Amino acid sequence: MAEATPDYPLWEVFLRSRNGLAHKHAGSLHAPDATLALAAARDLFTRRGEAISIWVVPSHAIIASDPDDQAMLFEPAESKIYRHPSFYTVPDDVGHM
Amino acid sequence: MSAICEVPGGNIAVAETPMLRWVLAYADDALILGHRLSEWCSRAPSMEEDMALANLGLDLLGQARFLYSHAATLENAAQPALERSEDDYAYRRDAPQFRNALLVEQPNGDFAATMVRHMLYASFADLYWRASLAVSDPAIAAFAARSEKEIAYHERHAADWVIRLGDGTAESRRRAQSALDGLLAFADELFETEADQLPLMAAGAIIDPARLRDAYRHRIEQICARATLSLAWPRWHQSGGRQGRHGEHLGHLLAELQFLPRAYPGASW
Repeated sequence: MAEATPDYPLWEVFLRSRNGLAHKHAGSLHAPDATLALAAARDLFTRRGEAISIWVVPSHAIIASDPDDQAMLFEPAESKIYRHPSFYTVPDDVGHM
Repeated sequence: MSAICEVPGGNIAVAETPMLRWVLAYADDALILGHRLSEWCSRAPSMEEDMALANLGLDLLGQARFLYSHAATLENAAQPALERSEDDYAYRRDAPQFRNALLVEQPNGDFAATMVRHMLYASFADLYWRASLAVSDPAIAAFAARSEKEIAYHERHAADWVIRLGDGTAESRRRAQSALDGLLAFADELFETEADQLPLMAAGAIIDPARLRDAYRHRIEQICARATLSLAWPRWHQSGGRQGRHGEHLGHLLAELQFLPRAYPGASW
């Protein structure tokens, strides 16, 4: 790699696979602008037919939860097993759900 | 036809029919430009572009392989004893036997020169393979359909960069303009028509590139306008590659490309 690697902004790449319903995070890359970020995403992440749709998002546009808040945000949910719909019996007549 | 005397690993003697010459011209364009792009491996301005250039190179290598295999089919049909394979055309011909246009053998130069060269080639190849969807041989038409999809992306990628380099910093603009000024004289060779191929073109077996020249110029002019680069088509053009008259650079490229099979004929993985 050349010593003077350009100081390009970081982008997050999301791919939707052929049979996937939602875009999933695939990785990140550096690119000077949105068009070239899309091109680089195509060249880096879809070489083996992984996608039929690409999103790129400037990394700075993603608002992330603070890892230090993990206990406050997520631990309380761990003890609320009644929030899982596993206490209902589905009548046979309903069929596949 | 005179007896052909070939040494293992030595040059092959290709009996070039007009059709075989056509196949080899476009196969050689793809092989030589693909090799040039492979020279960027580990040297590109960014890791992302390193991968992109390798992808583009591999597209071209795949196209060259199809066309060389097609050439082998044509030659073997005429003379089965030759037992030609795609490798024979890539590895066992010297520079004067190569039919590529001079544009594609030009050295990579800086990144701007590589992108300008690629724009000049890909804009042509995109038009050419798209027009070739209508040729009479279904194998070539199917190849054209696949190639056109690949090359359409090549053109966009190269144009995207030319626009950004031309309309970028003073440094990138200087480099892009200098690359354009230096390479423009190689563009018109892509549109040369060989007289003995005219019957094939009239029969719809291959497409005459000359008829695409105006559309090509229009495309290049549009890209350069967006890149704010000044474009002056030269009144003369470099020529000779299709006849095997190459510049000094091709021999060096082939020395690297062909070394292994020349030194160890028949070597395999």
